[in-house]
Amino acid sequence: MNAGSGMRLRGLLRKELYQVLRDPSSVAIAFLLPVFLLLIFGYGISLDAEHVPVAVVIEQPDADTASLAGRFSGTSYFAPVFMGDMVRAEAALRDRSVNAIVHLQQDFSKRLRRPDGAPIQLIVNGTDANTARLVIGYVQGVWQKWIEELGDESGVSAAVPVSIEQRVWFNSELRSRNYLVPGLIAIIMTLIGALLTALVMAREWERGTMEALLVTPVTMGEVLVGKLVPYFLLGLGSMALSVAMGLWLFRVPFLGSVWVLSCVSALYLLAALGMGLLISTLARNQFVAGMVAIVATFLPAFLLSGFIFDIGSMPAVVQAITRVLPARYFVSSLQTLFLAGNVWSVILPNAAALAVFAILFLGASRRMLRKRLD
Amino acid sequence: MWRRVYALMIKEFLALLKDRRSRVVVIVPPLVQLLVFGYAATFDLNRVPFAVYNEDPGLASRDLVARFTGAAAFHLVAAPSSDAEVAPLVDSQRALMVLHIGPQFSRELAAGRPGAVQVIVDGRNSNTAAILLGYVSTIAADFNADWLSRSGAAPPAQLEVRAWFNPNLESRWFLVPGILGLLTLLVALLVTALSVAREREQGTFDQLLVTPYRPVEVLLGKTLPGLLIGLGEATAIVLLATLWFQVPLRGDLVTLYAGLFLFLFSALSVGLMISSVAVTQQQGLLGAFLFMVPSVMLSGFATPIANMPVWMQHVTLINPMRYFLVIIRGVFLQGAPFGVLASQFWPMAVIGLVNMTVAGFLFRRRLY
Repeated sequence: MNAGSGMRLRGLLRKELYQVLRDPSSVAIAFLLPVFLLLIFGYGISLDAEHVPVAVVIEQPDADTASLAGRFSGTSYFAPVFMGDMVRAEAALRDRSVNAIVHLQQDFSKRLRRPDGAPIQLIVNGTDANTARLVIGYVQGVWQKWIEELGDESGVSAAVPVSIEQRVWFNSELRSRNYLVPGLIAIIMTLIGALLTALVMAREWERGTMEALLVTPVTMGEVLVGKLVPYFLLGLGSMALSVAMGLWLFRVPFLGSVWVLSCVSALYLLAALGMGLLISTLARNQFVAGMVAIVATFLPAFLLSGFIFDIGSMPAVVQAITRVLPARYFVSSLQTLFLAGNVWSVILPNAAALAVFAILFLGASRRMLRKRLD
Repeated sequence: MWRRVYALMIKEFLALLKDRRSRVVVIVPPLVQLLVFGYAATFDLNRVPFAVYNEDPGLASRDLVARFTGAAAFHLVAAPSSDAEVAPLVDSQRALMVLHIGPQFSRELAAGRPGAVQVIVDGRNSNTAAILLGYVSTIAADFNADWLSRSGAAPPAQLEVRAWFNPNLESRWFLVPGILGLLTLLVALLVTALSVAREREQGTFDQLLVTPYRPVEVLLGKTLPGLLIGLGEATAIVLLATLWFQVPLRGDLVTLYAGLFLFLFSALSVGLMISSVAVTQQQGLLGAFLFMVPSVMLSGFATPIANMPVWMQHVTLINPMRYFLVIIRGVFLQGAPFGVLASQFWPMAVIGLVNMTVAGFLFRRRLY
């Protein structure tokens, strides 16, 4: 770099900065988008099912069925609807006004006192398999508690041989918001990184201003740096805003250190912006660049980053695909930094991967960006 | 009128499909994504790395551990022999779960007292953790039932569980039809959201305004190509879902396509509305993102709408994807007839009509 290069870069930077600041959409992307998205998702996405509507069908009401039925009304997990016959209950299950049916047959109380016991029939709507599993688990809990107390009353201990004592580390109440918010921050940064830069190079080509740049003495490396720096600063600002919202609005614990978070975020932003710049450079057409940016960023970051679906349970081929997604490493780093602290055995490999992606994307953009008209 | 609409349609098709790159980005990614996401999107756990810290030399603990190592959901990666070795395994994410069986376990069981098993789960992904705990309690319940029946003491009431529509509770059956909705929305928005903005940027919008086209005709000409492309891709996705992923298609195709048609209509209308508000393609892209991201996340695609706070549930009423997901899941898994789903159809039609009207109004009024 010589003095001329510094001056040219300064000029480019000033031009890009003006362009960013005078176009309200870039500033809106960086600062309004994260607020909007975090508010919607922070409140909107929850895997904690409560007040699940269940039909409790009691064919012959008596003291036993009433005590069991009371268990369903007594917990916030269920919103029971009591019915007398299966026909109505089955219709309700079909039109999804209840998620499950608990069926106590006519001879329930009689069979309860026989040695082989009475059946409690549970029918769940399996369409949403995940919710169905949760409901089965809740009903199992109710059932187990009930027979234990039934045993206590009659003096016969119905001891359960193995009792599971569960300890959930890093998120003891299993509050899904605690892990969703760090994941959401990663997704939002992916969107912002791609949205900010995906169109910038293509726009220069389409508007013909790239040709004007080509005849000036600036090098392509300088053009790239000029595009990168303003958006990098904007991205860091929106990252800080998102983290602040996560900490103070959603009350997610943060156990890591701020400077590790800053370093990892900076690396990720370089990778995300680099990906946007590469898309933009290759496409040279805003329409194509925009579509590629949507297709390549949001859905993969949402579905393949380990944000909701467990990567370890995917088939090997799909796991291999997730390895080339920078978002995967960022989601894992953020979840660890927020909930577990500075665990170097997780942070360092992830940070190294992010650095490789940043170098790869920016290097590829630099190579593809030639001073040529073709 | 139809000749003019037809001409505009041909022009739109050409604009979309003539350029090789834009042809590829419209057609290929949805199909590739279905394949990748179809495998990726599952809540069922598979080969979860876990460790066993077993201090008990007895048979009962060995039986319990064997039930875990034998399950496809679990994969034994380590067997620590002291408390100090447990924390590093979980911290570094080498094991998602550690099963700790104390030294007295077998003796307690033999004496008829409950034996405690500690399960440590990595809660960094609390959804995975909750599913994992469900698996653990199922295995423990099986163990208990076997142990009790061997000792001749059956509990007074048993739970008999049956799942309708999806007997093995495969979450893929739930999520693959959802991906159909996701990708259809994506295609519809991609095709329309940038189309008017592009005409504005290239200056051809002015030319369109001086032609005898009425706004309705412009709207039709811009909507129909998207509708045809969307119907084509959705058909390909339905075929892949049933033939490749083996998701049962129990309902009738008429109901499915009626839903698909209305959903495409409402999604395209949103796209056109974004497009007619946007002055530049970047704004169009931003608008498409701003619509697509919340409508996917708040549609019940992965997380149920019933889990949201009530005010948020009201917000989802304006999301067309919410209705479409109920329809496709109903048709695919439940074989639900048109009548059961009728309440899901008209909101999409209303959303589509309102947006189309506004878009048509904006076409006429905005000249930059």
